[in-house]
Amino acid sequence: MRSTIIAAGMIAMVGAAHAQDTPVLTVYTYDSFVADWGPGPAIEEAFEATCGCDLQFVGAGDGAAVLSRLRLEGERSEADIVLGLDTNLTAAAVEAGLMAEHNIMANDLTLPVVWTDPNFLPFDWGYFAFVHRADMENVPSTFGELAASDIRIVIQDPRSSTPGLGLVMWVQHVYGDGAAEIWEGLADNVVTVTPGWSEAYGLFLEDEADMVLSYTTSPAYHLIAEEDAGFAAAEFDEGHYLQIEVAGLLNTADDVDLAGRFLTFMLTPVFQEVIPTTNWMYPAALAPEALPDGFNTLTVPDVALIYSAEEAAAIRDEALATWQAALSR
Amino acid sequence: MASRAQPISGVQAIGGVFILLVVLMILGPLIAVVLRAEGFAGLRPSDWAAIRFTLVQAALSAGVSCLAAIPVARALARRRFRGRGAYVALMGAPFILPVIVAVLGLLAVFGRAGWLNAALIGIGAGTIEIYGLFGVVLAHVFLNLPLATRLLLQAWLAIPAERVRLAHALNFDGRATRRHFEWPLLRATLPGAALVIFLICTTSFAVALILGGGPSATTVELAIYQAFRFDFDLGRAALLGVIQVAICVAAGLLAWRLAGTSGFGGGLDRPAMAWPGDTRTAGLWDIAALVVAGLFIVVPLVAVTADGIGAIVGLPASTWQAALRSIFVALGSTVLSVTLALPIALLIAGRAARAGLEGVGLLSIAVSPLVIGTGLFLIVFPVADPIALSLPITGVVNALVALPFLLRALIPAATEAEATQGRLADALGLHGTARLRHAILPRLRRPLGFGAGLAAAFSMGDLGVIALFSAPGQETLPLEMYRLFGSYRTNDAQGAAVLLMALSLGLFWLFDRGGRVNASL
Repeated sequence: MRSTIIAAGMIAMVGAAHAQDTPVLTVYTYDSFVADWGPGPAIEEAFEATCGCDLQFVGAGDGAAVLSRLRLEGERSEADIVLGLDTNLTAAAVEAGLMAEHNIMANDLTLPVVWTDPNFLPFDWGYFAFVHRADMENVPSTFGELAASDIRIVIQDPRSSTPGLGLVMWVQHVYGDGAAEIWEGLADNVVTVTPGWSEAYGLFLEDEADMVLSYTTSPAYHLIAEEDAGFAAAEFDEGHYLQIEVAGLLNTADDVDLAGRFLTFMLTPVFQEVIPTTNWMYPAALAPEALPDGFNTLTVPDVALIYSAEEAAAIRDEALATWQAALSR
Repeated sequence: MASRAQPISGVQAIGGVFILLVVLMILGPLIAVVLRAEGFAGLRPSDWAAIRFTLVQAALSAGVSCLAAIPVARALARRRFRGRGAYVALMGAPFILPVIVAVLGLLAVFGRAGWLNAALIGIGAGTIEIYGLFGVVLAHVFLNLPLATRLLLQAWLAIPAERVRLAHALNFDGRATRRHFEWPLLRATLPGAALVIFLICTTSFAVALILGGGPSATTVELAIYQAFRFDFDLGRAALLGVIQVAICVAAGLLAWRLAGTSGFGGGLDRPAMAWPGDTRTAGLWDIAALVVAGLFIVVPLVAVTADGIGAIVGLPASTWQAALRSIFVALGSTVLSVTLALPIALLIAGRAARAGLEGVGLLSIAVSPLVIGTGLFLIVFPVADPIALSLPITGVVNALVALPFLLRALIPAATEAEATQGRLADALGLHGTARLRHAILPRLRRPLGFGAGLAAAFSMGDLGVIALFSAPGQETLPLEMYRLFGSYRTNDAQGAAVLLMALSLGLFWLFDRGGRVNASL
C-alpha cells in the first residue's frame, strides 16, 4: 500500500514537472466504448495512474466506421492504437497496411479458441446467439428447427452491422453450400432487417419479434443491471459463432513503447475486470471465477465456431450475396 | 422585369455569393471523395435495384404525403377552433424525431404487437403486417405529412382577404372556390412541396430498411453506406453520390415544369376568415380530416412519450450536457441558415430561373450525409484537426441541410412581397435596407419564423456528420441517444428521445411563435 502511495506521489510530481510534454496515447475505438457508462472512463483512469501519459479515447462510430476513418486518414493519422475491430475486419486493416506487429506474448488468454495473430490481441469476446424471453416455449436448438418453426426473429443487416455479418458467417460455417437453403427457410421467420444492433434489440424489447440476434451475454445485462431474470439465449447444437474484439498497434504510432505497454495493460485484470459489466462481453484474459455474479447463469455453448481473419475475408462477399438473394425474394 | 432596376441589389449580390458558397460546400465534399477514389468501379446490379427502389418509394411517399396534406391544410385554413395553434405545432413533431424513435413509435401502433393489431385481434379480424413497401410509405408519410401540411397551409393563408371577400360578394359556390382559389394555389405549391419530400425520402436509409422488411428495401443511401463501410470502395460511393445529385436535379426540373404561379395579386396583409361555398358537409369533411391526421400523428408520439417520460429524471449527467451542447449547435446553425437563406431568397424571388436556383439549395437534402461528412473530413483533415472542429462542422452541415426548408418557406413569400409591394416601394423611392425593412421583411416574418423553427428543430435532431467527427466530450443529444440505445440502455435512450423531442419542439415553437406574433396563425 505504502509503495503504491509513493509511486502515485512520484507520478504526480513527475506529471507536474512535465505537464507540457506528457506523452499522449491516442486510441481509436467504437462509440459505446467511450460512453460514460462504457469501459473507457474506468480504463483511462487506471492506465493514466501508472503510465505517466495522457490516454485519449476517440470514438468514431462502430467498428467498421473506425476502420474507414483510419483508412481515410492514412499515414497522417494521430492514432497509435485501434481498439474494437472484430476478426471480420482485421484482414482488411492488415491489407490496407495500417498495422504493425505487437510482439507481445499473450499466454493467459481465456478465449475458447487458440490465438496466434501477430497484429492483433483480443480484449473481449462473445458467442452470437438468439436471445428470447425466458418464458418462450419450444425454443429451437438448430437453424433447421428455427426455419421450420413460425418463430419470428429480427436480425441485423450484414452490410452495416457486425452482428449481422456474424450471423451470415455463422450460417455459412455450419451449412457451407447448404447456407442458401437455410436462408430461404429462414426468410419467412425474419420480421425485418435493421441497420444496426440497437434497432434490432429495440424492436425485440417492444415485442415485435420473439427472438433477436445478439449475444449469450445479453441476458446478463438484464439480470445484473435491471435485476430482471426474464431473458435467455437459445443454445444451438450446431455450435455458436464467436465475435472476438481486438486491439492492435498502428503503423502511425508515435511511441511504440507506450503503445505496447497499453496493449500489455489491456490483458491485465485491472482492464479485464471492467469489461463484463460495461461492455457486457466475456473478457479475453480473465479466469471464469473472476467474472461477476450472474455470468454463471448464462448459456455456455459446447461448440465455438470461427473463421480465421483470412478465411472470413475470402468468403465474405459470396456469403453476403447468398444472404441477399435468399432474403430479397 | 429584367430592365427594372434591382432596388435591393446589395442584398441580392450577397445572395449570389451565398449560392456559390452553398454549391461549393455541397459539391466540394463530393468532389473530394471522387478525387480520393481511384477511379469509378462502375455499378453492380444490386445498385440498380437500389436506385429503382429509391425512386419508387420516394415518389410514392411524396405523392401520398402531399395528397393527404391537402384536406388537412384546407381544414386548418378554413376552421378556427380552440387548440388550433397546438395542433399546428404538434404537427411539426414527427419530422424532427430521430429515426429509431419514430420507427418504435409507429410500431407501437402498427407493429405486430401494436395497438392496431391488438384491436383487430380483439374483434376477430386477423392481423395486418406493416413490413414492406406499404410500411416504408406509411412511415415516410408519418414523417413528412406535417411538413407538406405546413407548406400548403402557408399558401392558403397567403391569399389576400380582399380576394376572399370579393368571392363572397360574387356568391362563389364550392366548385367556383376550388376552381379560382384552390386549384391555382395547389398548382403553385404542390410540386415544390412534393419535390422537397421526394428528396428527403431519397436519402432515407434506416426507415426504408427496417420497415421495408429486408434487403430488397435497399436504398441508394444504404448502397453508399455499404460501399463506404463494407467494401471501402470510394469510387462506387462517389458514383452513387453523383447519382443522388442527378436524381435531385431531374426531380427539380420536373417540379419546375409542373409548377404554375398562383397570381392572386396583392392585399392588405389581413388573413381570410370565413371562406365562400362552405357547406355543412364540407365542415364535416374538415373535421374528419383533422381527426384522422391528428390521430395518425399523435398516437405514435404518445407511445414514444409514454415509453420514455419516466426515464428523463434519471438520465445520466452526460445526457444533459449533450442536450445543452445540442441547443447551442442548433441555435448556431439556425443563425447561419437564416443568414444564408434570406439573401438567396431575395435574389431568387421574381427571377424566371428561380426553380433552377432553388434547386441549388435543395442539393443539400439530396446529397448523402455520409458523402458530405466523408468529403468534409477529407478536406479538413490535411489542414486542421477534424475532431477539434466537430461541433462547428456539425453546425455548418446542419445549416446547409436546413437551408432548403427555409428557402421553400421564404421564396414564395418574398416573390409575393416583391410583386405586391414592389411598385409602391419603387414609387416611394425605397432602396436597400429601408426597402427591406419596410416593404419586404414584414411580409417575410411568418415564413421566416416557421423556417427558422424548422431549421432549429432539424439541427437539434439531426445526427448528421457528428458520428464521423465525434470527439470525447463533444457528443450531441442524438448521438448520446444512439449510444444509450447501443448499450442496452433502451429506457434511458427513450427518455433521451423524449427530451430531444421536447427540446426540438420547444425551439420550433419559439421561432415559429416569434414569426406569428400578432398574426392569426
